[in-house]
Amino acid sequence: MTPAAVTAATVSAATSPALGDIFTDPFMRYAFIAGTAVALAAGLVGYFLVLRAQIFTADALSHVAFTGALAALAAGLDLRLGLFAVTIVVALAMGVLGPRARPDDVVIGGVFAWILGLGVFFLTLYTTHRSGGANGQAGVSVLFGSIFGLSAAETWLSAAVGVIVCAAILIMARPLLFASLDEAVATARGVAVRSLGYGFLVLVAVTTAEATQVVGALLILGLLAAPAGAAMRITTRPLEALAISAGIAVASVWIGLTASYLLPDVPPSFAILAVATLAYAGSYAGGRRVATA
Amino acid sequence: MSPFSWNLVADVREMWSIPLLLNAFRAGTVIAVVAAIVGWFMVLRRQSFAGHTLALVGFPGAAAAVWLGIGIAVGYYSACIAAALVIALLPAAGRRGYREESSVIGTVQAFALACGTLFVSLYKGLLGGPTALLFGTFLGISSTQVVTLVIVGSAVVAITAVIARPLVFSSIDPDVAAAGGVPVRTLDVIFLVVLGATAAEASQITGSLLVFALLLLPAATAQRLTARPGPGIALAIAIALVTIWSALFIAVYSVYPIGFWLTTIAFGFYVLASVAAALRNARRSVPTRIAAGALPAAGGVR
Repeated sequence: MTPAAVTAATVSAATSPALGDIFTDPFMRYAFIAGTAVALAAGLVGYFLVLRAQIFTADALSHVAFTGALAALAAGLDLRLGLFAVTIVVALAMGVLGPRARPDDVVIGGVFAWILGLGVFFLTLYTTHRSGGANGQAGVSVLFGSIFGLSAAETWLSAAVGVIVCAAILIMARPLLFASLDEAVATARGVAVRSLGYGFLVLVAVTTAEATQVVGALLILGLLAAPAGAAMRITTRPLEALAISAGIAVASVWIGLTASYLLPDVPPSFAILAVATLAYAGSYAGGRRVATA
Repeated sequence: MSPFSWNLVADVREMWSIPLLLNAFRAGTVIAVVAAIVGWFMVLRRQSFAGHTLALVGFPGAAAAVWLGIGIAVGYYSACIAAALVIALLPAAGRRGYREESSVIGTVQAFALACGTLFVSLYKGLLGGPTALLFGTFLGISSTQVVTLVIVGSAVVAITAVIARPLVFSSIDPDVAAAGGVPVRTLDVIFLVVLGATAAEASQITGSLLVFALLLLPAATAQRLTARPGPGIALAIAIALVTIWSALFIAVYSVYPIGFWLTTIAFGFYVLASVAAALRNARRSVPTRIAAGALPAAGGVR
């Protein structure tokens, strides 16, 4: 070891993070606030996604979020404008293409393959034509999130959006549950199945767009699918499952962020997803077998 | 290399005189044929989500291979095939439970991508970040890689040819097929592994995120135009070949990456075919293509 390397090693050992200091840095507080809001929204929305078998739709929307963010960057606009506008528009378009606001898997696959291709186009446009800054990293941070890089304003916006999504889904919960479980009977009883489908797609779009800044466009699917899948294995009662799903999502974010803080080599997105996946795997081992149709 | 001229034959001849580009065309041709054939069955079985996930799992495989210093192709094949086995074997009971299956697939996919980020951050010298692994590149395909593509591709096509008839039967009506003595469950597993190997092949040129340009879009385009298996598969191969050749040709002269051209050309064909099918249906008012709702979705997911 060279003397320089030894010094570097000692310094990094001396400043190695301790659990007690976790909230002294503002970036850590922001990460926890935004992460909790996103996790709550993802846990609740995810339960209905799994119930309605629309996970693939959410997957496609998260890829759309990537293109939206990079299109906005390439045009020199605020990244969030592109994120929210493009995901919501595409969510509604997918609803129009599919029967009863539930698009077909081939249509979803075809559309999002092309939209991802467009995303690469915007990424190239952005990295080659806009100078200055860490352009090369823009694509990577949109794909895999940058939860430790949130500003105060971004944090509060994420928190506000998360609270609005949670409130909306709780208001919609009863009719949406009815419409998801038995569409025909729900229609006969006068539930606005189609409007609920569109409303739900918009909520999915907002959740994905919001979560893109936190865990990244490619990884949000894990926060949507894993806690909900685990919750459905643990209980069949919808309200209980909703609560468990949100709980697992929030716990994943908290444990993941803490792990990533203690082990700086581990990216936060990986840690969060690893905890969520473990929870799902654990539900196979410990959860009671829930009969599926 | 000289700039683009309207003498296309001379352009192509010049491209093929460069070993790097010749390898890209060879690899692209093999991949297009294999992906179109397997993709046709994937669309029939409505397993696009599984196909997409298997391809994405290739990303951490390739990233880990780069980090460990072994060949990228090894990483793609082993990760994709392992993930196919996980998806095929994990929800052993309740096979028809779509909800269960789709949350398993979604979780496998997201966790695999998360592992990819971990490997990329552990291996700090990945040139240009993970962009080439995710969005494809036509540069850097070696002659040995082309040979591997041909060998694995032939095996995939051979297996698909052997199981083709029972596979079509069990995809269209799994219950009747099972009653008729077709081993539906075994076919499910074999097909997922075949799909995994195909996704690994295609990822090597399209990147993990854009495999649908060759795996889904040509097959979906063909199924819009004809429901018959033979002509449908032939048409899918033709569309895939035209797509990859024109995308490679344009990408050589363009600053934009090949993934953009591939998806745009393939999606263009799909839109044209959809319009043509809609016009034809409107005139005859007889459904000539496999309608989305008419098929019992066989182990597929929305």
